Amino acid sequence: MRVTHWLTVLAFSALLITGGEIVISHPRFYWGETGNVNMKPLFSLPIPASRDMVPTGYKFVMPDENGWSRYLHFEAAWVLVLTALVYGIWGFWTGHFGRNLTPRRGQRSWQAYREQIARHLRRAPLNAHEARSYNVLQRTAYLAVIFVLFPLVIWTGLALSPSFDSAVPEAVNWLGGRQSARTLHFFVSWALVLFLVVHVTMVALAGFWGRMRAMITGRAAETEVQP
Amino acid sequence: MSGITRRKLIWTGLAATAGAAGLTAADRIARRYGLIPPDHGGIYGPGETLTYAAQRLLTRHSLAREFPRSMISKAPFANETAPPSEEFKRYEAAGFADWRLTVDGMVAHPLSLSVADLHSMPYRSQITEVVCEEGWSYIAEWIGTPLHEVLREAAILPQARYVVYFSIQQGVWESIDMADALHPQTYVTWGMNDGDLPVKFGGPLRLRVPRQLGYKSLKYITRLTATDSMKHFGKGLGSASPEAGYAWYAGI
Repeated sequence: MRVTHWLTVLAFSALLITGGEIVISHPRFYWGETGNVNMKPLFSLPIPASRDMVPTGYKFVMPDENGWSRYLHFEAAWVLVLTALVYGIWGFWTGHFGRNLTPRRGQRSWQAYREQIARHLRRAPLNAHEARSYNVLQRTAYLAVIFVLFPLVIWTGLALSPSFDSAVPEAVNWLGGRQSARTLHFFVSWALVLFLVVHVTMVALAGFWGRMRAMITGRAAETEVQP
Repeated sequence: MSGITRRKLIWTGLAATAGAAGLTAADRIARRYGLIPPDHGGIYGPGETLTYAAQRLLTRHSLAREFPRSMISKAPFANETAPPSEEFKRYEAAGFADWRLTVDGMVAHPLSLSVADLHSMPYRSQITEVVCEEGWSYIAEWIGTPLHEVLREAAILPQARYVVYFSIQQGVWESIDMADALHPQTYVTWGMNDGDLPVKFGGPLRLRVPRQLGYKSLKYITRLTATDSMKHFGKGLGSASPEAGYAWYAGI
């Protein structure tokens, strides 16, 4: 099941690159149902666009790469969703979510979070038990990513499909309209990027190659366990 | 040892056979129900086929969202396509009186319709959103003759699977499957917001396909062709869009 992690990495990378590419064709964001260059944006990104009709303040127009970006974005989205289905079923079936990701009884207090944050700031060495199991901050972050951010990014993405919305209008109406859905899709993607940055930083601090070996082979070297 | 190997071999063989049979069955069902898009080849083919098949199963008869009159965009954005040709300007100068929409291919009664002919047919209006693949959108009221009325008048043959439509601009053409062609909200549009359809927005005639992105709602259409296969149109990918790298199915 570590395979699902790496499939997600692959799909998410493709989604991020192509998603960024698609944003460049209209780097303006709105709130509500409609939005176009004749309307005031909620905010716009200070980058040149890949379309000459977007007033960006730049004289430069980026090349249009939306064709393959859109094809790949949706193909990668399928990989992500199908992987998530397999992982989700496996996670509930084996009790992985309950056992390894839900904060333990003793951890469900602000004190536990404060302690863990303090330990991180001191860069306190791990004890043998901790090195084998996720701490409360990890558990919370992983649960948020798996059960909040990924479902949200898929929902807000699907809400951008006019055909999907014809079958399930609530998907977009509950988000406050099409342009709101697009803006939310953008922010949820950033939240996932933020997680990715912290996640990779933590892995690097924990010893990048050792963690990599563990995540690829499933075995943590014994020397790592004793700090 | 050899027992385990043999057992493993048998199971692997069975699984492979079941997998292959499953795929073959899925392929046959998909073809039978028209779930494979014309641009199903290449590295993006699997994703595109999954999207099209899933959306067709989910959305065959669903209606695009319609909005109250109060939500009509005050300043709709007309994405300027290529500048009108001399030929187009001549039509425009004559108030599009000579503009013709020909309907041919797999139909029993080929037609050549003027804008006035379309006005005299049953027509409807809808307040729907135009959604561009770039991300922007606007809402307008669209008035037109439902495409299914035009196809009925031409007596489209039951074996037709796609309707191909051509703009007056060279090399600009699209196609849709019958689910969209016969869909009640797919119009040969000639009016917008209580007036004639402005040239900027595709006048005199624009095919409006509200469940798909804006690039399927082709401006300045002059010809409709019913066909059972996209093989002999362009490169056989379904429309000019896949030839330029964009997906044929634009419901997402």
